[in-house]
Parts: sequence; C-alpha cells; structure tokens
Amino acid sequence: MAESADAFEMRGIVQRFPGVLANDHVDFAGRVGEVHALLGENGAGKSTLMNVLAGLYHPEAGEILIHGQHVVLRSPQDAIANGIGMIHQHFMLVPNQTVAENTVLGLNRPRFFLNLRKIEEQVQALGEQYGLSVNPRAKIWELSVGEQQRVEVLKMLFRGAKVLIMDEPTAVLTPQEVEGLFVTLRDMTKRGHTIVFISHKLDEVVAIADRVTVLRRGKVTAASVSARGVTKAQLANLMVGREVIFKVDKKKAKPGDVVLEVNRLCCDNDRGLPALREVSFQVQAGEILGLAGVAGNGQRELAEVLTGLRCTTSGTMNFNGTLLNRHTHWLELGQQLAHVPEDRAAVGSVQALSVAENLILKRFNRPPISKGWSINSIAVKQNAVKLVKEYNIATPTVETHVGMLSGGNLQKVILAREISGHPKLMVAVHPTRGLDVGATEAVHKLLVEQRDSGTALLLISEDLDELMSLSDRLVVIYEGRIVGEMPAEGADIRRIGLMMAGTKAES
Amino acid sequence: MTNSALIALAATILFDAFVSGTPLLLATVGEIVSERAGVMNLGIEGMMLVGAMGGFAVWFHTGNLFFGLLIGMIFGGLLALLHGCITIALRADQVVSGLAVTFLGTGLSSILGAPYVGKRVPVPLNITVPLLKHVELQQVLLVIFGLVFALLVWYYVNRTRPVLNLRSVGEYPSAADSLGLNIQRIRFTYVVFGGLMSGLGGAVMSLITDPGWVDGKTSGLGWIAIGLVIFANWDPVRGMVVSYFFGLLRRLPLDLQNPALPLISTANNPSVGRFMDMLPYLATIFVLILGSREALRKRLGAPAALGVPYVRGEHS
Repeated sequence: MAESADAFEMRGIVQRFPGVLANDHVDFAGRVGEVHALLGENGAGKSTLMNVLAGLYHPEAGEILIHGQHVVLRSPQDAIANGIGMIHQHFMLVPNQTVAENTVLGLNRPRFFLNLRKIEEQVQALGEQYGLSVNPRAKIWELSVGEQQRVEVLKMLFRGAKVLIMDEPTAVLTPQEVEGLFVTLRDMTKRGHTIVFISHKLDEVVAIADRVTVLRRGKVTAASVSARGVTKAQLANLMVGREVIFKVDKKKAKPGDVVLEVNRLCCDNDRGLPALREVSFQVQAGEILGLAGVAGNGQRELAEVLTGLRCTTSGTMNFNGTLLNRHTHWLELGQQLAHVPEDRAAVGSVQALSVAENLILKRFNRPPISKGWSINSIAVKQNAVKLVKEYNIATPTVETHVGMLSGGNLQKVILAREISGHPKLMVAVHPTRGLDVGATEAVHKLLVEQRDSGTALLLISEDLDELMSLSDRLVVIYEGRIVGEMPAEGADIRRIGLMMAGTKAES
Repeated sequence: MTNSALIALAATILFDAFVSGTPLLLATVGEIVSERAGVMNLGIEGMMLVGAMGGFAVWFHTGNLFFGLLIGMIFGGLLALLHGCITIALRADQVVSGLAVTFLGTGLSSILGAPYVGKRVPVPLNITVPLLKHVELQQVLLVIFGLVFALLVWYYVNRTRPVLNLRSVGEYPSAADSLGLNIQRIRFTYVVFGGLMSGLGGAVMSLITDPGWVDGKTSGLGWIAIGLVIFANWDPVRGMVVSYFFGLLRRLPLDLQNPALPLISTANNPSVGRFMDMLPYLATIFVLILGSREALRKRLGAPAALGVPYVRGEHS
C-alpha cells in the first residue's frame, strides 16, 4: 500500500498539570485512511494528548498541523471546523433529547427556527450511508449504549469530521457490538477518514489498528509502529515497562456452604422503574461468582440491595441463615458483609478523612478501636500502620487524607478495610476499573486470596476478560433478569456476549 | 340575583383572576427558563420587590408608566446578574445565593421605597367592555401581553434551535461544553432574562394590578412563583395556566365581598376570607416540600443539572 498523506500531525506537544507532566514532547500523526491506535495505561497521557487535538486543552509547547497547514485550536469548535471530532468515553449526549436534536446541538445552522423533520431526514440518510442505522426521533435514554455510540459518530460525521478520535470506545460494548464497531471503522477508513483509537486493551489494538503509538508516563515509547509486526507481549512491555502476566494465577475452587441465597428479588431504580426482576442465585463459601452484563442492567441496584443501600420491593435475601430486609441491623452485620463499591471516592471512602480513619470505618464502634465513648487513637494508628504494610498501600503517612491517594492505592485502602474484618461475603463492583495494570494485578491477587480463605465473593464487572479469569461461575444479567448461568472455565465468550445483549440461552 | 348579574359577576371574577395572575405568570415563566438552563433562582421575591419599588418610584417622578415598567424590569435584571455572578461565575451554592439576593432585594426596596409609601397612584384609564362594563385599559393590555408572552416563550423552548443549547446546558452541560458552547454565557443570559421578567412582574403589581407602594408589596408572590415552576413541570404554557389559577385564588376573597352573595360572601364571614387568603401559600408550602425531595423532583421532570455549577472535567 502506498504511503498516504498525514491527515494531522502533532509535534513536540507539552502539557503540564499541577505536579504532573502529562505530555512530554509528544509527536503523533495520523494518515488519511488509517486506524492509528494510541496505547497506554491510565494516566499515561493518552486522553490529555487527544484533548489537545480536540481543542479542549491548550498545550504549553508544540504545534499542530492539519493537512500540512499550521493551525491553532482554541476550542472544540475550532477543532471541528478543522475536521477533527472527538468521541469521549462518557458520551456527550443530552439524555432527554432526540438523536436529531443531539446531532445539531451547538451548530449555527439552522439560524433560528428548527425544522426537525428535515434534520431527521438528513440524519437518517447519513446513517444509512455509513451503515449506522439509528432512529433519529428516539430519545437518547431509550437507546442502548451501542446505539448511543453510533449517535456520537453520526454527530461528528454530520459536522464533517474527517479525523475521529475515539476514547476507549469498546469499554462499554458487548463483544458483538465491538465487532459491529470495527466493521464501521473499517468502512470509514475506506472513505478516507482517519481514526485515532485510544485503548489499553491489547487484543483490540492488534485486531483493528494499522499503526500503533505507545505512551508511557507522558512519553512516546513506540512511535507509529505497524500493528502487523508486533505481538501483544511486546506492546504490553512497551506500555508498562516490564513483563506482564496476563493470566490470573489461581487454584481450583473448593466451594463450601451456601453463604448468600437470593430468591426472586425485585427492586426499583432511582426513577422508580423496575431494576431487578425476580433475580435468584446463590453464592457459596470459597467461590467467586461473576455477574456479567452491560452497564445499567441492574448490577448497581443489585449491589446496593445486597449491602443495605436500597430497599427491595419483593423477594428474599438469605445471608448465612439470617434474612436481610428492612429490619436487619446492617451495622451489626458490618464486617461480615464486605462491600467494594463502584464509586470508591464517594461511596467507598470518606475523602476528607485520613487513611487511618478510613481504615476503621467499619469497626470504630467496638474494641479495641473504641473504649466506651471515645476512640483509642493509639489503636487506630497501630491498625493503620499494620494494614498499610500488609496491603502495600503507598501513602506518605497514615494521617494523609485519602483524597490525595491514587485510584489504585485508594482501592487498596478499601480492600484492606473490608478484608481485615474477615467477611463471609464480599460484593465487589468494578474492583479494577480505572486502575493501571500493576494495581489491577494486586487487586486480583487479593480477591483470589479471599476466595481461598473461604469467603464467598460476588464480582460485578463490565470487563469480560476479568470476569472470565477471576470467576469460578458466571451469571449473566440483562434488563434486571438473570438470563444465563455457566461455569467460567471454558465458557464461550460469544455466547456470553449474546446473552448480555438480551438473547436467551438456548440450552 | 338575576342570571345576567351572575354572569357579569363570574366574568369580573375571571378577568380579575387573569389580571392578578399576570405578575405571577411573568415571574414563573422567567424562572422556568432560568431553571431549564440549570440555575435555580430563589431570589425572585427580592427581584420582584426591587422591580415594584423601582417602577413605582420612576413613575412617581416622571409620570411615565412605560418608563416605570422598564426601570422596574431592569432592577430585577440587575439583581439576577448578581445572582449569576455568585452562582455561575463563582460557582457558589444556588440556594444560599438566592436567599441572600432575596434578603438584599427586600432590604433595598424597604429603605429606598420608604418615601413612596402611601403616595398617590397612577390614574387608570377606564374603558367599557361587554360583560365587564368598566375595566382599566392598562389591565386589558397587560393580560394580552401576558398571554402572548407565555405562548412565545413556549414556542421558543419547543420549536427553535437556540433552545437546544439552553436545554443541553440544563440537562447535560458536559455535552454542550464538548461541542464548544459557552455554558457560562448561556446560563447568564437566561438567569438575567428570568430576573428581568421578575422585575417586570413586580413593577406591574405596583403600577397596574394593584397600584401603589407599601413595604413588602409582593407579599410572598415570588415564593409562590418558585412553587409554580414545579407545578408547571417546567413548561411555560402550564406555568401560565397555574399562574391564572393562583391569581383566581388570590382574587376570590376580594371579589366575594360582594354582599349580594349572602351565603358565601366573605364580608359576612371574615374567617372564610382569611382562610382563602391563606390557600395559595399553603399550596406553595406543599409544592416546595414535594419539590425539595430530589428523587421526586427528577421524576417530575426537573432539568438534570439544576442547581449544579459546571466545572469542566467533573462528571455527575
């Protein structure tokens, strides 16, 4: 294939945030008609670099060329005017407006009167042209995540974007949707679009990209190498800077008694609509039960119900012989029932309290931490020092506020608190989301250790690879119903994907 | 009492309801637009008060009714600008700022308005209309203006392109920001619009619907307007309807003083009149209690980003 021209080029980009050099003289370019993957761990500076290209950040040094011409991008509007559109990881769509309304949001045309009919036709036609069919009259909240992503792509195409930046586009998709997305991306490159594909998932990068650039700690460690000639291991090495073990090391599970039995459980979501519909399952001691599903199918509500944060509407939960309901004394249960919540900053910890204080949140009311009315500050400190050492938490002092810690260390604080109470059941929601490879390894190891010591674990995650490698059994949730159950070993990822998308198990 | 007299009485009550509902309508529709841009303005009472005082004072010195209304409106807009600076630019809590702005407006109107208490009032221009006999021309024009205004705002928030910006800023500001819209400017625009309309509502009270200036002229109408926004589900036409209904509630005790109605006349049963005086406030308290529950407010259709200052890079 003949070398085609650069659609855009970034030279020597330097972007600094307080205390962090996010981009250190980064060069990056995308050719017309290619998928160029930008690979790196969290915090490597991928998103920062792309926010510069999308006009959201203004670099301290460096220059940007579009088709060989110098440009200064002062705002996202400048970027779009130059044919650059960014699709953010969190979709930038207004939930209660229609597809067509979202497509024209922020444009200067039409001037005042809105002829939605005409825009709907245009959106429809554009969608058909690119194979991105979506009903232009549907409200965004009615759409699946995959459809919302199509709307984002359409929104950018409608604005005439030639370069599309996609920030972790596959993170929220089922395996089938990922395949569909890849077909679309291939089709778009044939039409002369340039795709920048940001990811930390090596398989996908190898599958879709023409060229790969790897960032580590703000620096380029591999510049525009062809994706044909590299292996996953090489890329991982470039990304992390050391050898990475992909497989979680674990022995065969030895399941014991049933610790949690959930029977025909129902509950409502925040809008008052049913979130769980007659969910039934069991978790045994010494096993990890993985709950697979696309975000928003009731996982969060299930975790909240199990940990007493949300009321049920019907059904029962039997925890170790006691029924959990509105009469349950949750504080008494405290340490037996561990919760690693989805939102570690707002739910899992108190940001304004110190590491030591966060570590006693579940046992401040019993000895040796409390003595009668008061808290024994020496015991608090001893407890903290011990756990920080045991769990390898990187913190300047135990008096440091947890708000200052990195995501991985914050998660270790939460895990240390929950695990040190010797729980019988642990509900872990997205335990490694947003963590880098090193921290993920550590968390996985802790979870498997818990299992081996006889705790029953319910693992809720969107990362199928994580679920498949950690869990002993898998259940799939779709629209608040359990639609399938299988042993994790040898499970067919395609079949799970179909179930996650709502197709019933055929057996 | 004859049939025709009864009809005439009903017509009068209805017209009075429209008249006394119009200041409420202006404030309510203004607040609807402001809240749909994501800014809650609890300072309406203060803005109405400075509007009423400023409008009356300007009329008093110039004798020009139109000029009085204009200045009253601008006074309200200035207070809203202050609220905008505090909550949008400085990102302070909207509830606290709104309450402070109300205190400020109440105090300012009380001090600056002291010389005008009990002064002469604009002489109405009477015209004859079938059924209603003698009505004031200003009031007729006012009612027409209010109706047209509410319908225009409804059209604007449902059928035009700029309103996409307004709604996105109130529902999901990150989306607007990612497309390069200036969130602060959009929010300022609509908050000031709401303030202008509150000021106008106040000026209308002191000059047309209930001429004259006394301390605390608006008697809590601004708070009722905030309640009505929830009643109206953030829809301008519904806002218009509920404003007229509350106008009716406010007027009934006065209109029913007619001694020709022995059974329900409030002249004979003063406690009935006082009870009816109380009703709008009771309803407002009820609505505000309901509206203060966040989950319920969401279900009623409140803009998702209402009350949340926008900071780039923070996801709600």
